[in-house]
Amino acid sequence: MTTQSSSHPVDAQLAAPAPLTPAGSGVGVEFKGVQRHFGAVTALQGLDLQIHAGELVALLGPSGCGKTTALRLLAGFDRPDAGAITVGGRDVTKVPAHKRDMGMVFQAYSLFPNMSVRQNVAFGLRMRGRAKADRLTRADELLEMVGLGDAGDRYPYQLSGGQQQRVAIARALAIEPTVLLLDEPLSALDARVRHQLRGEIRQVQQRLGITALFVTHDQSEALSLADRVGVMSSGRLEQIDTPENVYRYPATAFVAEFVGAMNRVGGRIGDDGQVVVLGQRIPPTTPDAYAPGTAVEALLRPEALQVTLDSGGPGEIIERTFLGSSVRLRVSLEDGHELLVEGPSHGAVLPLGARVTLRVVADRVAVTERGAPAPAISPQL
Amino acid sequence: MSAIEFEAIAPRRVAPPQPRTAARPRPRAWRVLILVSMAVFYVLPLVCAVKFSLINQKGTYGPQNYTAIVNNGALSDALILSLEIAAITAAVAVLLVFPTTVLVRLKLPKLTVVMEAVTILPIVVPPIVIAAGLLQMKETAPLWVVNTFFNHPLTILTPLYVVLAMPLMYRAIDTGLRAIDLHTLVDASRSLGAGWPTTLWRVVLPNVQTAVLGGMFLTIALCLGEVVIANQLDQSNLTFPLEMIQFASQDNAPGISVAMALVALLFTFLLLFMLSFLARRRGGRTARVV
Amino acid sequence: MSAATSPAAPRRRGARRIPLTWLGMLPFLLYMLVFLGAPLYVVVHGALTANGHFTLSNFSAILTQAQYLIPLKNSVILSLWTSLGPAILGLALAAAVVAGPRDGVLRRVVSSASGVFAYFAGAPLAFVWFASLGTLGVITVFFKTTLGYDLAKHFDISSQLGVGICYFYFQIPLMVIFMTPALEGLKPEWEEAARNLGATRRSYIRHVAAPVLAPSFIAAWLILFGSAFSAFATMLALDGCTQVVVPCKIYFEMSNNVLTNSIPFGLALGTEMIAVVGIVMIFYWWVQRRAGRWLR
Repeated sequence: MTTQSSSHPVDAQLAAPAPLTPAGSGVGVEFKGVQRHFGAVTALQGLDLQIHAGELVALLGPSGCGKTTALRLLAGFDRPDAGAITVGGRDVTKVPAHKRDMGMVFQAYSLFPNMSVRQNVAFGLRMRGRAKADRLTRADELLEMVGLGDAGDRYPYQLSGGQQQRVAIARALAIEPTVLLLDEPLSALDARVRHQLRGEIRQVQQRLGITALFVTHDQSEALSLADRVGVMSSGRLEQIDTPENVYRYPATAFVAEFVGAMNRVGGRIGDDGQVVVLGQRIPPTTPDAYAPGTAVEALLRPEALQVTLDSGGPGEIIERTFLGSSVRLRVSLEDGHELLVEGPSHGAVLPLGARVTLRVVADRVAVTERGAPAPAISPQL
Repeated sequence: MSAIEFEAIAPRRVAPPQPRTAARPRPRAWRVLILVSMAVFYVLPLVCAVKFSLINQKGTYGPQNYTAIVNNGALSDALILSLEIAAITAAVAVLLVFPTTVLVRLKLPKLTVVMEAVTILPIVVPPIVIAAGLLQMKETAPLWVVNTFFNHPLTILTPLYVVLAMPLMYRAIDTGLRAIDLHTLVDASRSLGAGWPTTLWRVVLPNVQTAVLGGMFLTIALCLGEVVIANQLDQSNLTFPLEMIQFASQDNAPGISVAMALVALLFTFLLLFMLSFLARRRGGRTARVV
Repeated sequence: MSAATSPAAPRRRGARRIPLTWLGMLPFLLYMLVFLGAPLYVVVHGALTANGHFTLSNFSAILTQAQYLIPLKNSVILSLWTSLGPAILGLALAAAVVAGPRDGVLRRVVSSASGVFAYFAGAPLAFVWFASLGTLGVITVFFKTTLGYDLAKHFDISSQLGVGICYFYFQIPLMVIFMTPALEGLKPEWEEAARNLGATRRSYIRHVAAPVLAPSFIAAWLILFGSAFSAFATMLALDGCTQVVVPCKIYFEMSNNVLTNSIPFGLALGTEMIAVVGIVMIFYWWVQRRAGRWLR
């Protein structure tokens, strides 16, 4: 997903998708007040999360934020200290892992080395007592689906990383799970393979209509794959919403700064409730959240700013990075602030050292109280 | 307050996944059973040995068996001899195994199999057979060889003990080398201008010193206990372990023998125990010594 | 790697490099050749000689006469149970230790102890056991005085059974040393994936863990067999070697050569032992090759 050009009209705030009718085989998953502590460390502070049937939710966050813990609790490899987890309406909190009937794709190393690829894929069916011929046929079908139809007799050590992950996916799907769990499945792969597999995973998930929980620390993965993205930090779910909304209308300062780059520019709330920043008046994303006159910081994406050459302008371009389709500029203002601006590279050339004027081209701007640590600035959707 | 910049949506570079170690919170019953029974199996004989060694020849308790080690001339000579042999053996073994293992790991990885096979041989080849072969060699060797080589325990036993120490020295050093990033360290050192000897001595060796020292201490333990070859070849100045047997069989003072055995065992334990502190101070990357 | 950084270098330079690297192996290999290979060669050579001529008569003697066959049988039986028993116990102990935290106290204690006990076979070990279960041993005395049971009558520490139990003392740690790396190589992802797919812990062990560990287990057991087969020091220390096993027979023949000129028979027995060890090593190599394939 590439950054939007600032010259296009900005879309209205996108609503979260309604729960999908179960056209496929997925079921809903719910975390209710789930807590997990490891000694003095709180991995999950009380997670409330609803995943609708057939939906792919990505949990995004830095390491230690609790996303992997949440996944493992859902898989049954760990027990919550408080709260409940339901799958398809059924409480599975106390159900052991091997009875939960979910498919899981691990980050790496998960194929059984002593079995052939076909035997690996058929393993889940073997545990369920399916007849040998039956399960081997089904294994071959799945291998065909992931593009490894002729690799059935090979052993894991003979496959590349990307191929191994395809087998892992086939193996997870072989048992026809209602929920698919993916623990950073693409992190260990080359960039090219990663992009390719990313799309394929999404296609399979949508085709089969399986509910999926995808854990990653890679923003582009989360934003491009998911129906909804949940951003987590320090055991808390900061925001869960569509990728567009998470990106454009971050609910907390953490989300704003974790997903993409973010500028903080000083401003204030005007008498009409609008945000006064950089000489412009723009409505805030959360009207009436702050009283007029409050000193605030506006959170502006680099692509929400536009620069024009102006010999008398307040800004000076002090750094310029050409990124191919876009150009990233670092603009220094008179008061010493520095802003990141990003725009398409086909416009006017903006050379280093030029003086410029800045304009905000967003229809709304998120604000946070100046000097406040990292408060939530809007209720979570 | 200035603008906070982070990298835009470009994915961050990810290190390859670290292999995780499984963590099992609750000790299972079978684990406890095994550990306890093994602990008893190993501790009980040692306790018995301690008790036994404290019974002197008159039948009462006393430290005489231990003081005899220091007082008895033949015994203390034997101890010193064995320690000399042990020290030289350990040094030679390190000198032979360390550079070779580094070489194999760096440049000739295919020879790892050969190294493992060669260093397993001393475990499985009967020392009695080696001793038999040596006796034959002694029969047929010219006199000057016999006089300089075969007749002094230091010169005849040390080289063979080095062979016997190979398995444990190789395993210790190999384990140590596997725990560090050898290629990177060596490349870094060489690119900064260090020659091979300096690299080995100043860069590689300090990073595996725990393993090397562990191997040396175990070699010392081996030398303090080896009797098969010594028995065949060393008739004049007896080594420490040979004296152990002597006291039990000929002098009818098994208490002294047991005391000697415990001294050897305790000495090794102490060395390794001190070593584990050294390992922890340096970051404990190889908690394991062997 | 410095050697590999000049791919397009003139061939002469590359050719000069290669021998230099192999040269580095020389000290080690030469040393082993001289101090391990030479005695073994002498043994084999002597076994094939009688009165200065090449002959196989020594071998025909040791392979047909009962006085030589019985020790062989005893040696093999002794080695079998003193390798298989410790193999299983060692595996259990290693598994119990590996399951705990990586840098924990337990792990460090066991690893140091394993090192000490594994290579401590010999006189000290013999005397520790002598002090426990010998005729004057503490446990024996305890049984006699407190329980009225004369252990010495039923159990002789220098018998094959007694010596065999002694062997467990150093064989188990040897097994722990060899199996710990293999056990650590079992990735937690495998068990988790198995459970996720519906396997109980027992199913996981049966379908994944056991097959993966099997080659390493067999290889380690083979080494234990060789180690037990060649062990002799304990017997020597305990009772000057009265047992009817091959190493003792060799000792006997080599010592009494004045009377019976039985050195060649001793050497032939030695060759026989080398042959057994050789067979063990071949199996070991074969098993290791299979093991290496799956787990890179």
